[in-house]
Amino acid sequence: MCLAVPAQVLEIEGAIGRVSLSGVTREISMMLLPEAKVGDFVLVHAGFAMQLVSEKEAEETDALLAEMNGAPRTVGDLSGTVSAMEAAGAR
Amino acid sequence: MTRPEERELASRLVAEIRRMAAEYGRPLRFMEVCGTHTVSIFRAGIRPMLPESVALVSGPGCPVCVTPDDYMDKAIAYAGRDDVILTTFGDMLKVPGSSSSLAEAKAAGADIRIVYSPMDSIAVAQANPEKKVVFLAVGFETTAPTAAATVLAAKQAGLTNLYMLSAHKLVPPALRALLTDPDVQVDGFLLPGHVSVVTGTEVFSFVAEEYQVPGVVTGFSAIQILRAIYRLLQMKCAGEARIVNEYESVVTAEGSPVALRTLGEVYESADAAWRGIGVIPKSGLRMREAYASYDIERAVPIDVPEGIPAAKKGCRCGEVLRGIIEPPSCPLFGKACVPTHAVGPCMVSVEGVCAAWHKYGQGRFSYGG
Repeated sequence: MCLAVPAQVLEIEGAIGRVSLSGVTREISMMLLPEAKVGDFVLVHAGFAMQLVSEKEAEETDALLAEMNGAPRTVGDLSGTVSAMEAAGAR
Repeated sequence: MTRPEERELASRLVAEIRRMAAEYGRPLRFMEVCGTHTVSIFRAGIRPMLPESVALVSGPGCPVCVTPDDYMDKAIAYAGRDDVILTTFGDMLKVPGSSSSLAEAKAAGADIRIVYSPMDSIAVAQANPEKKVVFLAVGFETTAPTAAATVLAAKQAGLTNLYMLSAHKLVPPALRALLTDPDVQVDGFLLPGHVSVVTGTEVFSFVAEEYQVPGVVTGFSAIQILRAIYRLLQMKCAGEARIVNEYESVVTAEGSPVALRTLGEVYESADAAWRGIGVIPKSGLRMREAYASYDIERAVPIDVPEGIPAAKKGCRCGEVLRGIIEPPSCPLFGKACVPTHAVGPCMVSVEGVCAAWHKYGQGRFSYGG
């Protein structure tokens, strides 16, 4: 429940921000992160911007979310790597 | 980080974890207290990578799961009133009360609306001035400020028909309760990343200072979780107990000042009941007197007869939530209690420990393996 997802701020009007969230545009509240500016990347939780993040962090989290939603990525490789290490006796 | 770099780093972390676990020589139990960590650990197949002496156990990290029966009974009772519209996050619908659930109340005609944000309740209240709109305010420190901000926005908009039914929970008092419980043995904590965005890391320092148990604040990727386990082992081997921030890109020592100020404006800490654990001092939030008119329990008190949870006989959610037993030790797990027909809350929420165990093959799951 506590997962926050990254989004880029497209517009701010008063306490309402428009963000691009995994490719979807939606309105969120900027009440808890008044310092955010247009163009910033933010972590969004329950419709609120909670924290500023770097673009790099946003991209990494996006990829992680894609992976959690079922896109096969990196994790299979990680366990594969461990199995390979075990096979090579690298314990 | 590119994929080959990630692979290389993961291999090195796992090798170091194994080396240090052998050096330490005794079994270790590390606990995560965040439902998103619980799911990430399964998804990433972390357990099969670890040496046998390092066990990962799940704590009370799912706010839906720790919400007690009587709160659900109250929510169902309010939902049953003709003058009430209930707004809630979707994962509360199937949580069992003592004899029913919100999903059953909804099927029976109660006006229950799923919202993405507590703020969505404001539009519902504005569109239905003759109704009382009650938001089910559950969640840890990440979510609680969003409910507080919604109350402030409602006040500013002059709304008088929006209320909260609050059952927020605070993570640090729960950690203290676990640390003083003689049945619970924890050698280190993986501390929740996004709770810490709001709280900061400083609030967890007592874990290390008073109980000599180390903790690492971390994010949700396989690498971040492995790094946290690596750091915990490093501290165990060195005989150190500190709170380390491995999620510095978004977490600071002092947390989010605006979120904490907003939370403190509307709420004050209060004793709260956790499912399976009982009442933990100062582990919940109660609306301050100045905001009592937004608290449905004080504005429109309701009497709920104590339910008889006969159907839950045998459910061991309470021990699962404290990491004392693993889900397969519960006689109902995978038999009477499955995700499509959950008896206990740990099987209801997708972030519940039992639901994760069930989905990912009882912990033996290895992604892509």
